[in-house]
Amino acid sequence: MMNSGTRFSPAAIKGRIARARVRLAAFPWRERALEYWNVLTTPSTAYSLGFLIIAGFLAGILFWGGFNTALEATNTEKFCTSCHEMRDNVFAELKSTIHYSNRSGVRATCPDCHVPHNWTDKIARKMQASKEVWGKIFGTIDTREKFLDKRLELAAHEWLRLKSNDSLECRNCHSAQSMDVARQSPRAASAHERYLFTGQKTCIDCHKGIAHKLPDMASVPGWQ
Amino acid sequence: MTSRAKLGLGGCAAALALLIVALAIPQSPSLSESPEPLHSNLRGPVPLNEEGPAHRMTPEVNTADREIRNYPEQPPLVPHRVDGYQLDRNVNKCLSCHARSRTGESQAPMLSITHFMDRDGQFLATVSPRRYFCTQCHVPQHAVKAPVGNTFVDVDTVLRNATGKAPE
Repeated sequence: MMNSGTRFSPAAIKGRIARARVRLAAFPWRERALEYWNVLTTPSTAYSLGFLIIAGFLAGILFWGGFNTALEATNTEKFCTSCHEMRDNVFAELKSTIHYSNRSGVRATCPDCHVPHNWTDKIARKMQASKEVWGKIFGTIDTREKFLDKRLELAAHEWLRLKSNDSLECRNCHSAQSMDVARQSPRAASAHERYLFTGQKTCIDCHKGIAHKLPDMASVPGWQ
Repeated sequence: MTSRAKLGLGGCAAALALLIVALAIPQSPSLSESPEPLHSNLRGPVPLNEEGPAHRMTPEVNTADREIRNYPEQPPLVPHRVDGYQLDRNVNKCLSCHARSRTGESQAPMLSITHFMDRDGQFLATVSPRRYFCTQCHVPQHAVKAPVGNTFVDVDTVLRNATGKAPE
């Protein structure tokens, strides 16, 4: 008790700060950093509170707008296919599927299926994507062979994501409520009635490889 | 050696004779003008040496109802669409419904046990590699009128005509 009392007494703390300042003096950049810290923690004497509030508000709008614009810019097919890894592999494969070319001309772009639309989920996915930036810098899949070797692992990530969110990105467009089984082929109608409408299965359980080619599926349950 | 030389000489002589004959025959007027274009009923009104417009895509049979085989050994037709089904070294989309272990869930017919047989007649545990590529034998159908007629009758009709009574 006595010890801690003397250790944390105002005089002792002041002494420690003074000694820290002497040590810091040997490193000019630390001194400068400390000055900035002092500026941040000292009440403003030059600007009015009103100015600070309005300026902070405007800066906030600029920051938030800029952040969202940058985020949306990375959420486009143009951005995704600006890397050859995407353009020459998965995007090339997408082009022959119904999600790219069909009679009505409605189509899905990369982020429609691969980035959650909900804001918090989107930010979480974008943070995960920093790993993909790492992969791009170090060329994890920068050749066709490397991509094919890694394809099962990458596909498994997407299957897991869609399985755990009940195929949310599929259902953003394909709703079970709006699905008219009378207009489906008998095969599709019976499968959807038995497994989708009863909630026994989710889209990705049966519709793997619908937009891209599949890797060797020998290790995936339900495939040969 | 001598015989080959003789053959060569003979060949030269024959070619020379042909050339002389060809020069001697006056060119017929029908050959010098553009020849009558050749047509085929299968290709429509466009001459055979020209490329016409592509045919419109025709609807595929997608009923999933089994079709009668025309003869017992016929590989069953695929009564549904299979476009976009991946069928390669990595994946066999057909087997994700027609494999033995998948038929409970899919209610699709299991592929025949003959597909498990290797070329020595030994049954393997799974599909034999030589029977893996389904669309080599099993094909989907389009609902179109056959461009060429045929008079095929199945073996039951042949038997009925021969014996005068229904088989079995």
